Amino acid sequence: MSTRWPIVHFTVNGQSCAVQAPPMKRLLDVLREDLRLTGTKEGCGEGECGSCSVRMNGELVNSCLIPVLQAEGAHIQTVEGLATDSELHPLQRAFLACGGAQCGICTPGMLMAAAQLLECNPHPSLAEIREGLAGNLCRCTGFIRIFESVIAAAADSTTPVSGQTAHAR
Amino acid sequence: MRGNPDAHEMIAPGRLDAVLDLLARAPGEWTPIAGGTELMVAHAAGRLEARKLVSLWGIPGLQFIETTSQSIVIGAGTTFRDLRAHAGIATELPLLAKAAGWIGSIANQSRATVGGNLVNGSPAADSSPALLVYDAEIELASVRGRRRIPYSEFHTGYKLNAMAPDELLFAVHLPLRFAGHRQYLRKVGTRRAMAIAKVALAGTALFESGEASEIRLAAASLAPFPTRLYRTETAVLHQPIDSRTIQSAREALLAEVKPIDDIRSTSEYRRQVAANLLVEFLVELRSEGRPQ
Repeated sequence: MSTRWPIVHFTVNGQSCAVQAPPMKRLLDVLREDLRLTGTKEGCGEGECGSCSVRMNGELVNSCLIPVLQAEGAHIQTVEGLATDSELHPLQRAFLACGGAQCGICTPGMLMAAAQLLECNPHPSLAEIREGLAGNLCRCTGFIRIFESVIAAAADSTTPVSGQTAHAR
Repeated sequence: MRGNPDAHEMIAPGRLDAVLDLLARAPGEWTPIAGGTELMVAHAAGRLEARKLVSLWGIPGLQFIETTSQSIVIGAGTTFRDLRAHAGIATELPLLAKAAGWIGSIANQSRATVGGNLVNGSPAADSSPALLVYDAEIELASVRGRRRIPYSEFHTGYKLNAMAPDELLFAVHLPLRFAGHRQYLRKVGTRRAMAIAKVALAGTALFESGEASEIRLAAASLAPFPTRLYRTETAVLHQPIDSRTIQSAREALLAEVKPIDDIRSTSEYRRQVAANLLVEFLVELRSEGRPQ
């Protein structure tokens, strides 16, 4: 690794990180390669499929489109940050119970998009769920079971809602 | 990922004046990058030519929406998410709020900026038709000062614009005098979500005594850049909106636009659909304008 690259500081799932990397290295690659957080997947690599979705400063983003330098000071949440040591996130439980995950490639991004949606809008209509997940493609489920999973999680009183994590950039 | 991150330099000065100084010192050498929803796609594909990038992301001086009684001014670094969340834009500039919801997905809207959409200069840009029919002005900034130009004069060719190499798109000014106008915006893509426009048409018209005393029409994907349809407007202006006017407006539009065949659609499909959208707007205008 070249020593001329800057050191970028941010938090991932509440933990402080300092990564020395080319500034145009994608946040996706930094998460997977430098930090070994391989839950975040690469699908299309061009912001169309949502597989690489993470949350950054309370907003849903495609980590494949973020140069790591622009993550300086950011608070990032990946799929690894949803469950606690003792239990799965209500969305993860709902995806398991409702068959919302099949091959699994889209699942981390779906979970992050769904987490973003439910934090901002705890009781979304089906139309709002479809819009909230419109940037996340699944080729297995036909989407219906994913929508059902989100509806089930919304009905679960333990699903976190906003106020706790959302904040300005 | 075919791009090579090692091949690109990037700095983030964090302040507008520092970015302008950099652009002035070496005009054309540094490429501004805001939310990256366009340039990072090129980067991943290995076709990002810019070797030196200057980040605009998070610069407070570019992220604002200011409302006065006369206008709304949108900083170039405002994201489409911010635009959608702004109550004043939803009320005063509904076409722009609607277009903001078309920009990719929620994750794209979190990052894509108004300035980026315009500087990128895609003929299919989602925000452009609305900005054109609202008479938007573009404010450019450089160390030499600020200047404003009508948005209708901003694009000068395919992916070309009126900016000097040391200038940055600073803000978009929108006059608030369209509240009494009938407004129309429709995009036709391959599917409803996440699709780039095959055609989009926007319109604002002041409809009085059975005719349009003012009308503005603008389209995406019908020319090398988003453009007003002046000749079509002339065919409608001060005419009773009857079947003859609608027919002549349709003919004017078909004569005025020269879309291309490309991966997303054909020229002929675009022409016909654009004409159909125009007719839809005019028919709406006529039926809404009829005395109760």
